[in-house]
Amino acid sequence: MDFISILRIALRALARNKMRSILTMLGIIIGVGAVIATVGVGQGAQQQVQNNIASMGTNLVFVSAGSVNRGGIRLGGGATKTLVYDDMKAILQESPAVASAAPGSSAPAQVVFDNNNWYTRVNGTEPQYFDIRAWPMTSGASFTDDDVRTSADVAVLGETVRQNLFGSADPVGQTVRIGNLPFQVVGVLTAKGQSGMGADQDDAIYVPITTLQKKITGQPWLQNIMVSAVSQQASYAAQEQITALLRDRHRIRPGQDDDFQVRNLADVAQLADQSSRIMTLLLASIASVSLIVGGIGIMNIMLVSVTERTREIGIRIAIGAQEADVLKQFLSEAVVMSLIGGAIGILFGAGSSLGISRVLHWPISISPMAVLAAVVFSTMVGIFFGYYPARKAAQLDPIEALRFE
Amino acid sequence: MATLVQPELNVASALAPKPVIRVEDVHKYYDLGETKVHALRGVSLEIAPGEFVAIMGASGSGKSTFMNLLGCLDTPTSGHYYLEGVDVAQLAKKDLASIRNRKLGFVFQGFNLLARTTALENVELPTLYAHLPKEERLERAKRALQMVGLGERMEHFPSQLSGGQQQRVAIARGLVNQPSILLADEPTGNLDSRTSVEIMQIFQDLNDQGLTVVLVTHEPDIAHYAKRTIVFRDGKIRRDEPVVNRPRAAEVLRTLPTLED
Repeated sequence: MDFISILRIALRALARNKMRSILTMLGIIIGVGAVIATVGVGQGAQQQVQNNIASMGTNLVFVSAGSVNRGGIRLGGGATKTLVYDDMKAILQESPAVASAAPGSSAPAQVVFDNNNWYTRVNGTEPQYFDIRAWPMTSGASFTDDDVRTSADVAVLGETVRQNLFGSADPVGQTVRIGNLPFQVVGVLTAKGQSGMGADQDDAIYVPITTLQKKITGQPWLQNIMVSAVSQQASYAAQEQITALLRDRHRIRPGQDDDFQVRNLADVAQLADQSSRIMTLLLASIASVSLIVGGIGIMNIMLVSVTERTREIGIRIAIGAQEADVLKQFLSEAVVMSLIGGAIGILFGAGSSLGISRVLHWPISISPMAVLAAVVFSTMVGIFFGYYPARKAAQLDPIEALRFE
Repeated sequence: MATLVQPELNVASALAPKPVIRVEDVHKYYDLGETKVHALRGVSLEIAPGEFVAIMGASGSGKSTFMNLLGCLDTPTSGHYYLEGVDVAQLAKKDLASIRNRKLGFVFQGFNLLARTTALENVELPTLYAHLPKEERLERAKRALQMVGLGERMEHFPSQLSGGQQQRVAIARGLVNQPSILLADEPTGNLDSRTSVEIMQIFQDLNDQGLTVVLVTHEPDIAHYAKRTIVFRDGKIRRDEPVVNRPRAAEVLRTLPTLED
């Protein structure tokens, strides 16, 4: 019997009991739908994370004060005091792979304008920071090297801070209070969205590093240094050069841990990608459990069906059906059920993940691989869970079966 | 087993038709938990092609067991069953299925048609298992239905057919692969007296055309339409004799009142 006949015969048998077939398929539909939806959403999240990281720049190296514990927990910003401004100057002078560097320190602060206030983070840095981050202004300009030299009270606002204090009005020229100090707003940054780690990059204020150190935190050391390498490939060399340089400057002996961390953004990107990949896999695995439940449903109904049709099977065997013929007949019913359920599940899952992506503003990502895997899995579920009932049918004794009421 | 000593006998036996069924000292035991039932206790017989045999006997006599054996639905515990010269007892399940498909036709008391399937599709079923091409399957099925007089009812479902018509469909199904033997188990058991005779007419017509027919019945009237009667008792053949004054079903039908009378 050719493929089309088998399909037609199986469909006819399933159509005899439409309600029952549909209910059985529901298990597969939900199972496949759940897997497709979770994989779609997971991959969308992965893509979004990659996009966020890419928006931070591609040849960045991030130096932060504080060593890495076993658990990867970084000590707080104020805990390590060994990273200093002269470290940054040395990095610029002595690392050939480094193109530019900017200092960084920050503190939480309350910012007030008129009746609006907002609790955010004040970051101290130098003007080259915005070039390194490829972060243009939508209004005004960054503060200048002169401002740094004179510890001027000037500030650049992130978009989120601007919205919370000024709505959509242009704040350039206005004065805000940071802590209790008045600062003149000189620029507004374009919106960048979430960082790879999920933080809102636009919820920040930037002031000259000297102003922060002298007038807000009172701490002369740096929390971090943002470095850009001469190229993306050079970022690894830059990483090595900086590490060696700082170990030397901080007099760290061989075998001792660094009292700083140098992170390559490419590594961060890879880590984030890996962890979201694992997350997706985990979610998909859990969703697959429902596929197994769907398969059990198929086995259950097929067993009932075989019992109901015992007489019919007896007739078929009596008039010459081989074991293989009966096996094929019932197995094909199970597989057709799971394939149709799988197809509907794919549509259902794709629709759900599209909907979720739209709501979360994530990029849409339905991989053909996942769809293919779903089809293959549905077929396998049908074969695996349909085999036992089909074999029972094929091995019936025709004499007994014909006597069955 | 031929010997050189009696050449005349060899020629004679060579000229005689080879039996289509030859059963030699067949025993069948059933295991029912603690007891063992000796259903057939050494049955031997021969059926030549073109015979019309009626098997009779009380329940428990072994006739049903014997029919199952003849139909290759079961194998003997000991002894031989030669179907067209081939020792069927030795064959694997696969081969038995093939024999049932091509060499035997089955007719059951309860018709055993597939519901929600048309008459044509029911008759077509054995050809499907014979893996014949579509055109040939339909050809054969249509011809078989015409042979039993149901050419006009091919697209009907069993629920739309009378008992007699359903049994005709079953007979057509039994014929569709052009078997050597038609085996019928109480074919008139579920039919009224007039329809029973109609069915017997079909059997007689088919037998006249050369088909070997073996049927099991408990009604002596029905057995009378056959040419040879075999009576089973306690797992053995008790009587085996030709039928005397065999009636022609066609003639009997003319004398019977129709249902409308």
